[in-house]
Formats: sequence, structure tokens, C-alpha cells
Amino acid sequence: MSHDPNAVGTTTDDLPTLPTDRHTGCPFDPPEGLTALSDEPMRRMRYGDGHVGRLVTGHAAARAILADPRFSSRYELLHLPEPMEGMPGQIPPAPIGDIIGLDAPEHTRYRRLLTGRFTVRRMRQLTERVERFTKECLDAMEEAGPTADLVEAFAQPVPALVICELLGVPYSDRERFQSQVATLFDQTADAGAKGDAHTALLQYLGELVLAKRAEPTDDLLSDLTTSDLTDEELAGLGGLLLAAGLDTTANMLALGTFALLSNPDQLDALRADPGLAAQTVEELLRYLSVADPLLRSALEDVEVDGTLIKAGETVTVSVQAVNRDPRRFPDPDRLDIHRKATGHLAFGHGVHQCLGQQLARVEMAVAFPALLARFPTLRLAVPPREVPLRERSNIYGVVSLPVTWDQV
Amino acid sequence: MSDPRAPLRLGVDRERCVGAGMCALTAPAVFDQDEEEGLVVLLSPAPAPEHRPAARMAAGLCPAEAITLTG
Ligand code: SF4
Repeated sequence: MSHDPNAVGTTTDDLPTLPTDRHTGCPFDPPEGLTALSDEPMRRMRYGDGHVGRLVTGHAAARAILADPRFSSRYELLHLPEPMEGMPGQIPPAPIGDIIGLDAPEHTRYRRLLTGRFTVRRMRQLTERVERFTKECLDAMEEAGPTADLVEAFAQPVPALVICELLGVPYSDRERFQSQVATLFDQTADAGAKGDAHTALLQYLGELVLAKRAEPTDDLLSDLTTSDLTDEELAGLGGLLLAAGLDTTANMLALGTFALLSNPDQLDALRADPGLAAQTVEELLRYLSVADPLLRSALEDVEVDGTLIKAGETVTVSVQAVNRDPRRFPDPDRLDIHRKATGHLAFGHGVHQCLGQQLARVEMAVAFPALLARFPTLRLAVPPREVPLRERSNIYGVVSLPVTWDQV
Repeated sequence: MSDPRAPLRLGVDRERCVGAGMCALTAPAVFDQDEEEGLVVLLSPAPAPEHRPAARMAAGLCPAEAITLTG
């Protein structure tokens, strides 16, 4: 494009919207339309309600913006990239306990209560339990085989068992929260359905919080009842942690397995050397970037790398695009478990960077090698094209992953 | 690029730290997290040469810009 995208007078109708259609290309690549817009690190973009803001696809710019407190995470200041059914462009303020939509100092207060519980050391101490849950799921899968839906048999239950135990949520109650969480992340669900799901989830957590206050057990929710958080705050925070723990790693495990099965050379390399597990996890995080995009709103005029972002403008940081920025990751569209993928922004950056990232790392570093070791002949049971994708979800992944293996 | 093994002095700002643990993951010989708040603990303000590259990387990865480097 030859014209200056910042020039006054460019009609906003000409500006791009956020490309989301992955239909044509590889299921692991960002939408082709997004890649086409990634030549400039910070373009102007048209939002669902007509707002004109930015689309960030450059790694350096994304880091700068996400680390800068002049960019707010408060939902009520954001414009949505696409209009949502029943919600015209803007979003209501964060419900109580949803710390993703808060800025400092409110955010800091909550975050400080949690960080001690999610340290590298504490999460490593969970390794044995993750191994046990992984083994149980693999045993059940093998017994029921030689085919399975990997999502249902493995990718969902492993992280669900772990987060339930950590929080103190009975796994047997999962019909009371699993579908609610799915609805919250589903971009095709309307605002009414999301509201109902949220209310049901909060009600469940609210009951649980009362039970923990009455009879504390050895878990995070019980521990938090000794803090100064109200019942409402605790239920909200618990709901957020549960939702995040259930739906993110699950999608990484299933989509990651799909990606490895589609790249046999990488799969063989990992099988040959399970010591590559930790760096394979980082590369899969970079390559798949399932939690996308991140939104911020400029609280004042801010210059980023010579580009002026005006007060009030919403910025959409496309994590998928950022993690494929060729200036940061050479040959970015290649899945290469030998590369140094550290520095990817799959967990975000800045004060909101994923609280559960060390848990996610432990879960994946255990689960991928264990799955591959148990089923040396694991393969897709359908042609790759027929694997249903979670196209319209805040967390990308597969709806199901039919797999099969040779029985021994 | 500067020599990764050049002398290095580190500083940490626990007010900025958000407990994401990138430092303790990347340079465990240099950084830890405390038990209560999970905030950064600087184990080695002047790390030995073999730990300097990891310490520099940790500073670059810290999401909160809570680690400062002085040469
Ligand atoms: S990487 Fe930064 S924010 Fe994270 S624990 Fe270390 S100092 Fe704190």
C-alpha cells in the first residue's frame, strides 16, 4: 500500500477489520487475511462498532504496549473487534473477581493474593500428581481403544483434574461448570447465553465458597477464605481460575497433538528425545497461540516505535501474528521444536501475563511425552481436513480429535 | 552485541514484580520466588560468568520490567 495509513482523511470504510477466517489455509496458521496485514507492525483497524483503533502484529510493538500501564485492560474502555450478538461494541465493566479486566492498583491487590500459589517451585511440586492423572487417563483410553476422541479422553480431563484438585473443586461436579465455561469462551454465543452461563458458574462457586468457609480443606479456595476477600470476590476469582484452568491447556494438548501428528519429523524427534519436551512446549505455545487476541485501550496519547496511538483508541494485539513475526522468529511458519521459542507472547506480557503459565508448562511437559510413549503408533482416525476446529472461540483448538493406534 | 559474559550487576523491583516466574524458570541459579507472595527474590546480585547469559535473558523476558541490569 502506498498511502500513509495514518493520514487524516483516509475513509474508515477502507480500513481492515480483524481477519478471523481460517477456512482456506493450514489449521495451525493464522488466518491468511491476518498474515497479509502483518507487514506493518501497527495498522489502523476498524472495530465492530465502527471505532477506529489499531491492530498490532509486530512482536516489539506488542511487548511495548502490553508492558505499558498507559494501556488499560478495563473492559468498559475497550471496543470489540467484531460486534457481539446482544452487545453493541463495548463491554460492561469486569464482573467482581474477573481480574483480567482491571488495572493497577485493583488488579495488584488480587494478583498478589494468588502469585504465591503459582510459583515455579509450587507448580513443579505438582508434577507427581499431574503424572498420576495423566497415567489414569491414558489407562482408561487404552482400555477403551484402539480409537478415541483425544479431546474427551485426554486433553480435557488431565488439566481439569489438576485445576479441580488445586482449587478444591470436586471433579465429580463438572457437569455444573464445564458447559458454562465453554459458553463463556464461545464467540457465537449471544450476550444472554453468556450471562446465564456466568450466573450459573458464580452460583456454583458461591455455594462452594460457603462450604469451604464452613469446613476448610487443603486447597486454594479454602486458603483464600482466610484473606480479606468477600464471598462474592472469592466466587468470581474462583470462577476465573477454574475457567482458565479448564479450557486453555486442554486446547493446547489437543491442538498440539494434532500439530505434532501433522509434522512427523518433529514428532519423531520428540519421541527419540523426551528431553526436548520443555522446549517443544514453548514452540507449540508460540506456533499455536491459542489465546488470542489481547485488547487494550490507550488512557492517553502514547507513542510506540514512532507511531502515535491516541487516547481512547483500542489496540488489538494479535498474539498469533506477533508470535509469527519473522523479525523475532526466523521462518516463523515452521514448527521447529529445536528452535528457541522463548520470548513468545502466548501467555501475554505485562502485569496480566498468565498466572497459571507454570502450571500449564508442567501439565504439557508431562502429558505430551506420556501420550506419545503410551501409543507409539498414534495417528489421526480421520483425514486432517475433517478435524472440526473451534473457529469461533476465544481459545482456539479442535472440537474433537479422533485418533487410533495399533493394539499390542 | 555486547559480550554476554561481561560483568553484570542485577537489581529487582518487588513492587513491579507480578510473580509470573519467568526469572526463576530461566535463571534458577540467580532468581527465586518467595513462598508467600511468589515475588522475585534475587539470589545472586553479581552472578558468576556461567549464569550471566541466563540472567540477561530473564531480565529481557520479565513481563513487568522488574529486573534491571547494570554492567
Ligand atoms: S519474571 Fe519479573 S515479574 Fe516474573 S517473578 Fe520474575 S521479576 Fe517477577
